[in-house]
Amino acid sequence: MESKFYEEDKLLIFKITEEIDDFSVQKIRRRADYEIERYMPKKVIFDFNSVTFMDSAGIGLIIGRYKFAKMLGGTVELANLTNSIKRIFEMSGILRLIPITNLETI
Amino acid sequence: MKSEIENEMKLEFISKSSNEAFARIAVAAFASQLDPTIEELADIKTAVSEAVTNCIIHGYDKKQGIVKIFARLKEKEIILEISDKGKGIENIDIAKEPLYTTKPNLERSGMGFTIMESFMDKVEVESVIGLGTKVTMSKTIKPKIDNEESDEEFELITKE
Ligand SMILES: Nc1ncnc2c1ncn2[C@@H]1O[C@H](COP(=O)(O)OP(=O)(O)O)[C@@H](O)[C@H]1O
Ligand SMILES: [Mg+2]
Repeated sequence: MESKFYEEDKLLIFKITEEIDDFSVQKIRRRADYEIERYMPKKVIFDFNSVTFMDSAGIGLIIGRYKFAKMLGGTVELANLTNSIKRIFEMSGILRLIPITNLETI
Repeated sequence: MKSEIENEMKLEFISKSSNEAFARIAVAAFASQLDPTIEELADIKTAVSEAVTNCIIHGYDKKQGIVKIFARLKEKEIILEISDKGKGIENIDIAKEPLYTTKPNLERSGMGFTIMESFMDKVEVESVIGLGTKVTMSKTIKPKIDNEESDEEFELITKE
């Protein structure tokens, strides 16, 4: 995973570069929470452009970061979802809380 | 011309999360003999990942055990049996409900069975408390109309 923080907008972008499953998600979660706590962003965007695989572990990952960012006063958005990733998020209902946004990949 | 593929493979591995990627990639490589689309292959990989993860984190919990995959190809269908000899499921109907999870503290979403059911054609779960769980799922790969040539051929045949 790569990340970039835009100070003036208080925007934190995570570009996930690994396949998302129960194994990989633990590392992603730790890194994301560490940076959210450090930067206290107003907005967090997860960029899925380089994600070639995701199972239901991705749902828990995003809900968990949503709760954490919200607690610290921020929001979460998702970008560059492939069809199958979008389908998995749609099934879980989380797109009602967490919007999809347009983003040129970083 | 139509050749019927009949093939089988078995895979056994230790219940480590790091094997999830190995398992779904191995099954996808095997399934590719049916000439699936990228989308169909992604569906199979996701369903395998869900079933294997369940064996590891629910079936065996923190204990070590063996996860088994038995895969068969029959004509255009792939049939997968994914099993563990772990703790078993008390109530399968409840376990299958969307959002139901016994491990919310691990950020599980309870969507595993829902995803398997939506990405495969058929999913059956057998489980005995203390003995383990077996998920059997299948998917038929849709035939492809791949180029104009075959369309023309078809027209010629129907005209005659
Ligand atoms: N192989 C298994 N062994 C024991 N329990 C299982 C197994 N697979 C699923 N379960 C039970 O069914 C529930 C729902 O599974 P699932 O839909 O994959 O959601 P999740 O894995 O996110 O909890 C699990 O929380 C667990 O209690
Ligand atoms: Mg699961």
